[in-house]
Amino acid sequence: MGKISKKNRGNPSKEVQWSSVMDDALVDAFLHKVIIGGRVNGTFISKAYNDIVKELVEKFNMEINKDKSKPIAKKWMTTPMPNYSKMAQLWAKDRAKGDHAEIAKEKRARTIHDPSMATEVEDHRPLVLVHHLASFKLPLQDRLIPHFRLFDSLASPEASSVRALICVGPTPVTVDTLDHLPSLRLVVGSSAGLDHVDLVECRRRGIAVTNSGDAYSENVADYAVALLLDVLRRLSAADRFVRSGLWPQQGEYPLGCKLGGKRVGIVGLGSIGYEVAKRLVAFGCTVAYNSRNKKPSALYPYYANVHDLAVNSDVLIVCCALTNETHHIINKDVLTALGREGVIINVGRGALVDEKELVQFLVQGEIGGAGLDVFENEPNVPKELFALDNVVLSPHLAVSTPESFEALNEVIIANLKAFFSNKPLLSPFQQE
Amino acid sequence: MESIDVLMLCPMISYLEQELQRRYNVLKLWTAPEKSQFIKDHSATIRAIVGDGGHGADAEMIEALPRLEILSSNSVGVDKIDLEKCREKGIRVTYTPDVLTDEVADLAIGLILAVLRRLCASDRYVRSGKWKKGDFKLTTKFTGKTVGIIGLGRIGMAIAKRAEAFNCPICYFSRTEKPDTKYKYYPSVLELASNCQILVVACSLTAETRHIVNREVMNALGPKGVLINIGRGPHVDEPELVSALVEGRLGGAGLDVYEHEPEVPEELFSLENVVLLPHVGTATVETRKAMADLVVGNLEAHFSNKPLLTPLV
Repeated sequence: MGKISKKNRGNPSKEVQWSSVMDDALVDAFLHKVIIGGRVNGTFISKAYNDIVKELVEKFNMEINKDKSKPIAKKWMTTPMPNYSKMAQLWAKDRAKGDHAEIAKEKRARTIHDPSMATEVEDHRPLVLVHHLASFKLPLQDRLIPHFRLFDSLASPEASSVRALICVGPTPVTVDTLDHLPSLRLVVGSSAGLDHVDLVECRRRGIAVTNSGDAYSENVADYAVALLLDVLRRLSAADRFVRSGLWPQQGEYPLGCKLGGKRVGIVGLGSIGYEVAKRLVAFGCTVAYNSRNKKPSALYPYYANVHDLAVNSDVLIVCCALTNETHHIINKDVLTALGREGVIINVGRGALVDEKELVQFLVQGEIGGAGLDVFENEPNVPKELFALDNVVLSPHLAVSTPESFEALNEVIIANLKAFFSNKPLLSPFQQE
Repeated sequence: MESIDVLMLCPMISYLEQELQRRYNVLKLWTAPEKSQFIKDHSATIRAIVGDGGHGADAEMIEALPRLEILSSNSVGVDKIDLEKCREKGIRVTYTPDVLTDEVADLAIGLILAVLRRLCASDRYVRSGKWKKGDFKLTTKFTGKTVGIIGLGRIGMAIAKRAEAFNCPICYFSRTEKPDTKYKYYPSVLELASNCQILVVACSLTAETRHIVNREVMNALGPKGVLINIGRGPHVDEPELVSALVEGRLGGAGLDVYEHEPEVPEELFSLENVVLLPHVGTATVETRKAMADLVVGNLEAHFSNKPLLTPLV
């Protein structure tokens, strides 16, 4: 993306100068590189849309050539990419009525082409579906384009032949999804958890599934430690105290709890749990764990069930996958076993914890504190928690760093490349 | 046995007050309407002082107490005590090293994580009720970042050990290079700041280390750099810090100490890349008790002619 060419190359009706602003469908099209740098590449499925775009491009170009200083033209010419959706809204207001229906139809059946691959040259890139809910975008999607031909609609004719899909965030992959994709053999997840993918159905159909592998492990582990330190040492609560100007008035802030020496129980010793353990040992904590199966390579004591782990822990850190078996794995019984001074940290999935019970325990003071990055019904958070200083709340940010997304991108590309060259997948999901 | 008069300079945890009162006649300086008069009134009998990180004895106070034998500080920082004067007069000084090392190191890492991962800002965001689905903000990864430590004493080493578990390369500045560590040494704070992403102040406050983090150092640390201060407020030039943060020349800061506690520059209250704590470095039940035991233990040792537990002078 980037520089908008100011040169009028070749035939004005084919290769015209273009700037940003259109309605949101066209903005999407632009973002998917159908129209870039002044050239309209590829074709749209509906002729009407094709014609609309061409007409708009010509009209706009005429306008630019007429009078470059015209405020609207100038605005459109210089609007940087990130403002497109905003400009698209403005454009939509200005635009003549009647185009909406066509463009709405087009949105559902759009092909994305790579402008660097002109139609004359044969395209050897494997086809991949980017499967995403409207509010979720795949970070760094552009990096995939040199390697793969992407499209994003189940209604597209390419759905019948596509063999691999990328599942963006928590976009569900259900029986219905799979029914639209008869040739599918691979689901590439972009998260550590795969609870939104019907794994049983995938297995039944012979479809392999990969997750984000180790891309997020360090970041999530960092975050789990961060939440624990925050709960024990009251970082967020003390920061609120200072910012409210109370320190000069109220004097010393109430004491917190020492991290060193705490018995930490890790629920799920996968790649994330392993990184958490490694960090907490350096703070002088002792670590034990529960997993579906004992890990022979792990040096920490193993408990066959979470209740026993809780009895022997001061802190529970939940980092396991959400499955039918692990739903509400942290329940009233476990919370009671953890005890009045116990602390729960959840960086897995909201549904791993019986949220209603946890709130009760916290409000009644029957548990020491909690650090929560995930909730049963995001973005809704039980309001009773807002008043508690021994609770730290986070809006599902454990993976949210540029480094994570770079690492994720590499994992996605590696898995896809391996698949398309019949090599072993990098991070196949395995039931542990 | 005669009751020994111990001057307590400020309120401390009740456990410590009780333990002192059980053994000695505790004179509470902060309850006196006129402090210097109070000291005069008891100058013939005070044999010990109990202070803390924020309250010590200067030359004037020491001179006013001819029978003073020992100052037992409930802290590891002793910048408020005139150590030279104590040496001169043969007054013993004890402090509380080691028992609080882990606590302070934990807090340093907590501050780093809270700043880099915007923990406090996120918590505020959720509590405001504004969280919408799909909303996310990018924060910065901690694992792998280079950590620079000013002062590789007990606390500095403990911080390094923890940061290593996060795969962070460690470098440091100290008065003298430490031959038995594997961490990279820089001969000046400026060079250290230019070569790390997170700079942690972990040295003691002396005349030389006052404002050791100045404008130049902060500029060298840069718009992506983060400053963590768990030492003393005067280690950092505070007005310069405020302008560096407000102007974006410094990427972020985690502060537990300030030049004029409990006053905190209000310009910092609206910044998301700053975490502000009210001097809680040692503030846990466990550690404060361990510190208190050392304070009392040192006094007991002194008054029964046994070797002091943790003498400084």
